[in-house]
Formats: sequence, structure tokens, C-alpha cells
Amino acid sequence: MTLAKRVVPCLDVKAGRVVKGVRFAGLRDAGDPVELSSRYRDEGADEVVFLDVTASLEKRATMRSLVRGVAASLDIPFTVGGGIRSMADARLALASGADKVAVNTAALRDPRLITRLADVFGSQCVVVAIDAKRTERGYRVFSHSATRAVEVDAVEWAQRAAELGAGELLVTSIDRDGTRSGYDVELLRSVSSRVGVPVIASGGAGRLEHFLEAVVGGGCDAVLAASLFHYRELTVGQVKDYLAANGVVVRP
Amino acid sequence: MRVEIFNYGAGNLFSIQAALKKEGVRTALTRDGGGLEEADAIVLPGVGSFNQAANALPMARIREAVESGKPLLGVCLGLQLFFSRSEEGEGEGLSLFPGEVKRFRSPGVKVPQIGWNTLTVRRDSELTQGLEGDEWVYYVNSYYPATKGRWVSATTRYGVEFPAVVSERNVHGTQFHPEKSGEAGRVMLRNFLRTVKR
Repeated sequence: MTLAKRVVPCLDVKAGRVVKGVRFAGLRDAGDPVELSSRYRDEGADEVVFLDVTASLEKRATMRSLVRGVAASLDIPFTVGGGIRSMADARLALASGADKVAVNTAALRDPRLITRLADVFGSQCVVVAIDAKRTERGYRVFSHSATRAVEVDAVEWAQRAAELGAGELLVTSIDRDGTRSGYDVELLRSVSSRVGVPVIASGGAGRLEHFLEAVVGGGCDAVLAASLFHYRELTVGQVKDYLAANGVVVRP
Repeated sequence: MRVEIFNYGAGNLFSIQAALKKEGVRTALTRDGGGLEEADAIVLPGVGSFNQAANALPMARIREAVESGKPLLGVCLGLQLFFSRSEEGEGEGLSLFPGEVKRFRSPGVKVPQIGWNTLTVRRDSELTQGLEGDEWVYYVNSYYPATKGRWVSATTRYGVEFPAVVSERNVHGTQFHPEKSGEAGRVMLRNFLRTVKR
């Protein structure tokens, strides 16, 4: 056998509740994080990502009690991102039970943070999250929950992040986020073909075929979705069955 | 039962601790091995880097405890520390088995390996009892122990076929994370605890 492609529900968390918006705005309540993550585990989720969607804007620290609550009930891995700005933030999240931390804005501000995190905690628990938007000059990076343009090419930044020590890249299309019109396969392929670390596809999943496109066309190692799963329009199990039926190795 | 978990710096110790507590085990975190004599078993968890761990751990004390028969479980990096050297860094490991720790570098495989892969049991050991054939277990590793011998109880394929479970006498290790591997992981953690004399 070989390494399975992963199906990863993402829980955007604000003030202790799961929320979901469209293109990073218009947040709606979608449930309790511990309950939802346990449900996903039972449905066959391979791991779970928690993103504090407001942390970067409001300068809040990652929710320690939430991480502890999740870690105590979940026997699959999970990543925590949003508001991880320093070694101390990462240390707190990991010590509270997170398996990986995702950095975004802080890594753009100080790319050496990626290397420091990798040196101390190991590359395998350092995820660099990249929010990218298509422009006339190619894909550009946005920071601060996709509100601020950074004059950086998304594919170049992905390569640099991997060189600096990122163990995994979480690539989100801002254009597609919450729209259910499909992943940005071109963006994903541009990144995955140029880095030697795993890539998680994010932003735009709406139908079963989209997941297959991200894996086959986009060359991704994991597929992430949020609202589709929260509102039970698709289950993790359905996605896995579909991928398996199309020849993709998944954990049953 | 009391299990001493070595805390060598950085990362998620909460999960292995929580998994052991669920089995009714008392756990204690230690940096210097202060409570080693009284502990019923030792766990080397899987966080950090080889070099940093090798320098931070009281290697002589751990080796002594293992030689006296105290059960040891190494997880991920903890298993890699059973060997003398690693391509990850300069430090010197416990040298409990021959072989060394190597980096994945087969063409076409991404490093680190992150995710679920299957376990193939090559030789039954105390750790693998009760497993049902090919089990899925969770990996996050860039390095693997390159060792051959009767202590290799199960293997996994990722570009190369590498030892996934090492088990001999009182020394047991898993390259994957049993505390993150659902039911199969739970079975192996219980198997380890069953080897511990109360």
C-alpha cells in the first residue's frame, strides 16, 4: 500500500464557536468545535484543522482551552492556526495538545519564524498557510485573514516557505473560498509541482468531483473543506468512497 | 501503574499523556529522569529533533534503566533514539539496536511523510498482538530507522520499506504515532502496558 490521500475538515473558530463565511466574510454559526470534530472523526476524517479566523485581526492568542478540549476527545491529529505569531504561541498550542501549528501572517512578516519553528519543533509540525488570489500578475499572497495584499507571488512564497522548513503547505484560494465552485486546480498544481512537501488543497469544494480534481489535477496530498461538511451536504465518508472508487488510495 | 514520560523540550506531550491516562495509567513528565527508579515504565515521546533530544536526555540513566529490564516505549523520534546515529543531527542516541536513522529520499516521495499508511506485520511481537492484518496508522516523519533483524516486527512502505514497529524484550518502539492512530494505535498502547509488571 501507499500513503493515503487525506480528507481534512476545517473548523473556522471564532469566540469558541465554529463559523463559516464566504470569501472570508459574513460569518455564520456552524456548531461546537469539540462536537463537530468528534463527529468528523467518527465519519472517517484523517485529521482536523482549527483556524481562529479572527485571531490575526484582533491579535488574540490561540484558544488554549479549546485546544485542550479537542485534544482530550480526539484520537486523530489536528492542526491549530490563526494567531500563531511567535515561538511562545506555537509552544502553547503544541503543549496544549495540537499536533501541528499553521502560520500565515506572522511568517510573511518574519519568514525566519518558519525556520525557528522547524528547528525546535521539527518541520513535521510546521504548516505554512498561504491565502492566494488570482491577479493579472499571477497568484498573489494576502495576509490578515485575506484582507491585506502582500507584494509576493504565491508560488514563489510556497517554494521559499518549504525551503525555510515548512513541513506542509495549506493553500487556500481566496477567490473560491466558500463559493463551492471547485478548488483552484491551477493554483494547486503550480504549488504542488514546485515543492517537495505535502500540499493541502483549500477553498472552493462543492461537489465530489472537486476533491478528485484537487488530488489528480492539483497534485495535492490532502483535501480540505469546511461548510460542506458542517452543514452535512456531504460527509467525509462520501468523499472517501468517491475518491476510492476513482482509484485514489484513502484510509477506509 | 506509573509511567514516566520524558519531556525533552518541545511539542505535543499532551496527546500521549491523554492516551495513557485513558488506559488508567498515572503519568509523570520528567526532564532529568528524577523519578525513573520508581516508574513502572518509560516513554520517549515523538517530538522535537534528534540532536536536541539526544543532548537533553539523560542517556546513561535511560540505558541503565532499560538494561535493568524496565519497559521502554519509543514513539517516532523516541524510536529513532534507540539507534546510535541519525542523519538529522550530530547527537548520539541510545545504541540499543544496530542500524542508523536515515532520511527519506526516494524519488517522488514527499518529505515529511504526513498521513495514514499501512502496517504489515512481519513477525509477531508483544506489540502487534490482536492486530487484524493491514492496519492504518498515522505518520509524521522525515526520517526512519534503517535496521534489519529479528527486532523488526512490522514494516511500512514509503518509497522504501522501513521498520514501523521494533520490539525486543523490554524495548518497544513505533515509527508512527499510536496515540493518533485510532483503534489500531489503542491496541498497541494496551499491548505495551500489558508487558509492564505492576
